[in-house]
Amino acid sequence: MSAPNKSYDPKQVSPLGSEAIAAAVAAALADIAAASDLEALKAARLAHAGDRSPIALANREIGALPPAAKAEAGKRIGEARTVIKDALDARTQVLEDEAASRMLADEKVDVTVAIDDLPRGARHPLTAISEHVADVFLSMGWEVAEGPELEAEWFNFDALNIPTDHPARSMQDTFFVAPEDSHLVLRTHTSPVQARTMLSKQPPIYVVVPGRVFRTDELDATHTPVFHQVEGLAIDEGLTMAHLKGTLLHFAQAMFGADAKVRWRPSYFPFTEPSAEFDLWYPQAKGGPRWIEWGGCGMVNPAVLRACGIDDTKFTGFAFGMGLERTLMFRHGITDMRDIVEGDIRFSLQFGVEA
Amino acid sequence: MRVPRSWLAEFIDIPASATLEDIADAYVRIGIEPESIEYVGADIVGPIVVGRVLEFVEEPQSNGKTIRWCQVDVGGTVHGIVCGALNFFPNDKVVVSLPGAVLPGGFAIAARKTYGHTSDGMICSAKELGMGDDHSGIIRLSELGLDPELGTDTIELLQLRDEVVELNVLPDSGYVMSIRGAARELSHATGWQFHDRALEVAEPAAAGGAVTGVSIADSDGADHIVLRTLVGFDPHAHSPMWMRRRLQLAGTRSISLAVDITNYVMYEFGQPLHAFDRTKLKGDIVVRFAKPGETLETLDHVKRTLRPSDVLITDSRGPIALAGTMGGLDTEIDDDSTEIVIEAAHFNARLIGRQSRGHQLISEASKRFERDVDADIQGAASARAINLLIAHGGGTYTGSAADDRRAAVQPIAMPIDAASTLVGYPISADQVCAALTAIGCSVSGADPLQVVRPTWRSDLIGVAELVEEVARFTGYDNIPAVLPTAREGSGLTSRQHLRRKISRSLAYGGMVEVLNYPFVGPADHDAQLIPADDWRRNAVQLANPLSAEQPEMRTSLLGPLLLAAKRNVGRGMRDLAIFEMGIVTLPSVSGEAAGQPGIERRPSDAELAQINAAVPQQFESVAGVLVGQRLLSGPHTSGRPVSWADAIAIARGVGETAGVELSVRAEEKAPWHPGRCAALLLRDEVVGYAGELHPKVADTYGLPRGSAIFELWLEPVYTEQPGPVAATPVRTFPVASQDLAFVTPNHVTAAAMQAALAAALGDVCESVRCFDVYSGDQVPAGHRSLAFALRLRAPDRTLSEAEIAEYRDKAVAAGTALGGTLR
Repeated sequence: MSAPNKSYDPKQVSPLGSEAIAAAVAAALADIAAASDLEALKAARLAHAGDRSPIALANREIGALPPAAKAEAGKRIGEARTVIKDALDARTQVLEDEAASRMLADEKVDVTVAIDDLPRGARHPLTAISEHVADVFLSMGWEVAEGPELEAEWFNFDALNIPTDHPARSMQDTFFVAPEDSHLVLRTHTSPVQARTMLSKQPPIYVVVPGRVFRTDELDATHTPVFHQVEGLAIDEGLTMAHLKGTLLHFAQAMFGADAKVRWRPSYFPFTEPSAEFDLWYPQAKGGPRWIEWGGCGMVNPAVLRACGIDDTKFTGFAFGMGLERTLMFRHGITDMRDIVEGDIRFSLQFGVEA
Repeated sequence: MRVPRSWLAEFIDIPASATLEDIADAYVRIGIEPESIEYVGADIVGPIVVGRVLEFVEEPQSNGKTIRWCQVDVGGTVHGIVCGALNFFPNDKVVVSLPGAVLPGGFAIAARKTYGHTSDGMICSAKELGMGDDHSGIIRLSELGLDPELGTDTIELLQLRDEVVELNVLPDSGYVMSIRGAARELSHATGWQFHDRALEVAEPAAAGGAVTGVSIADSDGADHIVLRTLVGFDPHAHSPMWMRRRLQLAGTRSISLAVDITNYVMYEFGQPLHAFDRTKLKGDIVVRFAKPGETLETLDHVKRTLRPSDVLITDSRGPIALAGTMGGLDTEIDDDSTEIVIEAAHFNARLIGRQSRGHQLISEASKRFERDVDADIQGAASARAINLLIAHGGGTYTGSAADDRRAAVQPIAMPIDAASTLVGYPISADQVCAALTAIGCSVSGADPLQVVRPTWRSDLIGVAELVEEVARFTGYDNIPAVLPTAREGSGLTSRQHLRRKISRSLAYGGMVEVLNYPFVGPADHDAQLIPADDWRRNAVQLANPLSAEQPEMRTSLLGPLLLAAKRNVGRGMRDLAIFEMGIVTLPSVSGEAAGQPGIERRPSDAELAQINAAVPQQFESVAGVLVGQRLLSGPHTSGRPVSWADAIAIARGVGETAGVELSVRAEEKAPWHPGRCAALLLRDEVVGYAGELHPKVADTYGLPRGSAIFELWLEPVYTEQPGPVAATPVRTFPVASQDLAFVTPNHVTAAAMQAALAAALGDVCESVRCFDVYSGDQVPAGHRSLAFALRLRAPDRTLSEAEIAEYRDKAVAAGTALGGTLR
């Protein structure tokens, strides 16, 4: 940094001479340009624009000049002041910008050091997927129906055309509520909600039923005694198997993309007639697209409609259902059922809140 | 049901080019699910030939075993072979696998040194050839009724190669449960020519003589029974090789010729038969229900007490068989039986299902009867058995007796458009008739069609079943996909909305959802220190729990949730925040058994109310367990361990999510720490608890002390329907802040102080917040300091210094009134 030039005696020069003014301006501009920080610039301002600066002193001399010379000298000094002020302002801006940049550079942090003091949360993917399924049907104007998990045998079996001695009753490995003649069970499927819905309202009925169900299987890699199904039921005038197929196709494509397809194989369920099992063409399957067994479906058996107080000469309906664990397993490549049921937080955390 | 291809081929012309996969695919198309396909003996390589044992020397070994060093003629050459079996004699014809042969399972045969000889081949047992489990000795071909040339290839002779498709037969598909039925269905799927061999069975010529008579006393139990009597049968005759082999491939061991034949005809025609030793019968046979107190010792040597719904075969002394399920021991065929009565009946499917399950006797026969058998096959099936018995065991057929109570099959009136209407695309009358005729129905009339089902399709009870057959035949693949238009719905219910909101808010708040099994037991209550008379021990019990230790349905989510926490901690997770939303169960309101009102009509409202009152009460609940650090320490924060206060805050947060305010009050409740437990109140009703886990319970579950838990019953929260928020105008005048600290006795709660201060400020109170709680040297024992931040704001003016001072004095007075002293 260079200090203002104090080596000359201002009284020895003519302060109002054009050469003297020019020299003062040149000295000021040199000092201003040389100021490398705001501190140095403050000194330069004092020296060249302060009360004791050559220009300020020269200004005081104006009053002593003859009137004819006053105007010219005033103009010269005014111009000189403007030049110095502009130089000072410009330099101030430059130096302030430099200082701000330095400060911001000094404040740089490692943005990868994140705040993670609140541990992450997650919902179980079964919860998320049943909401997803429900949303697909809600968007079509369907509603979500629910029913009890501990259920009367009449709802779980009889109302679904599975009478006491029917072989299908032994297909279902049922948990019974004590005492044995209580006629109460842990529901073996979500289908009793079909009967409850039909008993509580008249058609048109369009409901989807997610829920937890129970069978007496021991837990292993592919079985669990407590699992989840989602079931659909539509009762209206003129519903056909074509409507069932259209609904399943729409559902499959909403869940798995436009390339998904469904196909049917004839099957048997006491509560539907005709009945079919359906396979899903799953485009994103690990190892390439393939057919995956997905669920069962059919046209609601007229015996079920009658037991539920629906006029089977006027209305027809369809029903379908599938296992959510199974859907989850193929959708996410889960190979062991135990991961789904054991409650290890590392399992759910993979899926986050919305899966 | 296992179906050997060679057997199937007797009933249907299968093109040679058709593979087993083709056959399996054809079954899939018509809704019959193949469980497996099996190329039996595909890995067998010869030479496996017939040999004759010329002579042998028995050589006891140091290991206690005796081996035979045999000289075996395989047709020109003699091989020295070491054999470990002892069940044969010189001159017996046996099966010899020679060096180079490969037996099932990739077992390669080579000449090898053993027991001091070079054994140049192996004499085979049935098991080694893949012909069943018999490994008690080698095969003596004479026992199979065979006397082939030496050197004959046994792969062909013993039918070591075959193909088997195993079909899963659904409960309504009894008509598939025979070779005859499986062939008929395959013919439907493929168009290959079906041959109904049942129609070709020759009626055996009755020689006359003693014939056992029969009658049906209870026609609900059976509507048709045929008995055929055979005398002079050779009880020592062997079952022919092909019969044994087919039974074995079908899954049944060979027993004796008479028993094998009854099994063979059952598999072939689907009609279970029973063979009685006629000399052990007393008088004629009667079909009737069991009488009170009657017993029967069945073939499995179990003496069974009979139930009134059991259908019995009886003679003049009493029960001799549990109809369609299992025969009695006393009348069983044995090694000396020369007089045989073959019984074929059409029993009531429902009752046979009930009695076989009731007596836990699920047999091949009961599986067929409960799915119903062809009501018109009894004559042919029993004739087929007699013909086979005579062909292979000799004897004289004396004649038959029968009782026939069958009603004519009633036609079903089927509107001609029923199929189109239900399936959803046009199916012509011709297509409908063709499909129904193809499956054996007789169709007459125009509209409606009069459809009489075949005798083997009792599952076709109405129009819907007939439509399914038509749809199956015209192809499910041809049905178009049409999206129906649902009527406008009303979206999620408020409960469903709240459930979603709560689970999301907990998860976004750092908790992880788990879904536990709802099964608990007394040990779980003990572990949580739940008192003996606590309502939570009054649980619904299961009659057949998976585990005897957990026979109850949970009354609280916490038991299973604590176990889940334990499992996570055991796997090394130290900081844990888990929650579950689910059902808890209490005994039903009525305590009665649920009614069974039948399904012929809608149950009455009273009947439905009775059922609903008998169903256990089920409530939604949400619970959480917090372990370890609530906030983790890190570069920006020092972290904080879980506290009782977290549990309370989270539970109250659930209320806030649902739009209701939960207040708290100290209470003692297991499994909480008695001094750190808050009852959660919705107005004045307790709706849950939150706080610190009791240290003893924490120890029991292997969780760190200081862990926190909550459970909140959601039903009252769901039921509470807060209306729309009544907004107050935002006050824009300046705020005045005042901090006040009081030294208060410990029994004065922060909530009480806060409420008192807020009340004292009245309308100008914007908020009162407790920002510090201090106890220690600076305050007297039994006291603590509570510090509150007060914010005051008037709606219509800037509060003056004088006003602020006045409100401050009011607040101080209120705090003092509660026992506080201003610090």
